[in-house]
Amino acid sequence: MAEKFAMIIESGTTDKLMAASILTAGAAAMGKDVTVFLTFGGLMAFKKGYEQAPMVMPNEFKGMEGMMAQTMQAKHIPHWMKNFQDAKEVGNVRILACSATLDMFDLKKDDLEPIVEDVVGVAYFIKEAEGAQTLFI
Amino acid sequence: MIQPLTIAKEIDARGSFCPGPLMELIRTVRSAAVGDVIAVLSSDPGSIKDIPAWVAKANHELVALEDVGGEVKRFIVRKTH
Repeated sequence: MAEKFAMIIESGTTDKLMAASILTAGAAAMGKDVTVFLTFGGLMAFKKGYEQAPMVMPNEFKGMEGMMAQTMQAKHIPHWMKNFQDAKEVGNVRILACSATLDMFDLKKDDLEPIVEDVVGVAYFIKEAEGAQTLFI
Repeated sequence: MIQPLTIAKEIDARGSFCPGPLMELIRTVRSAAVGDVIAVLSSDPGSIKDIPAWVAKANHELVALEDVGGEVKRFIVRKTH
């Protein structure tokens, strides 16, 4: 059985989504079975139309959005979603949506990007994450 | 007997951001034939640790690691299985 890597993405700020996406790509590249559980801000970031969503930075980096956007363009840093897509392409990656968050914001699975594979409850994620290296972001 | 090294595919991932060069290498190795030798150029300083770590984990062979100048490295990998 392959080793496992699990991640709960709670934050919807661009810095953390970038970190989470790169970690997911790295774990998939290294042959881990990856399970990503999206909740709250992390789930909202995966709504359809993410390409048009503005960059969001947390308080400690407030005001850096413009500079970040310029740097990303100049250095050809891919959108974080591209890293998740690449991760799925090279490895075994499942991206799951938290049912409670969907319910809270009156969202349906159809409102989310197709990269989100399924809607699950927390118990299912905990079962999937059993024995995994697990991160909360 | 020393076999001449024929590069089946050369990837130019210079300027690609971490982990881009590794991801491009993985894709190329997947689509290559067993025994093929693949070269990848990377300017990502993380690649110097990342690519050998992946090659070891995936049980392929790092044939050579060359300095191309500046920050750029050229990794030569043989697909072994």
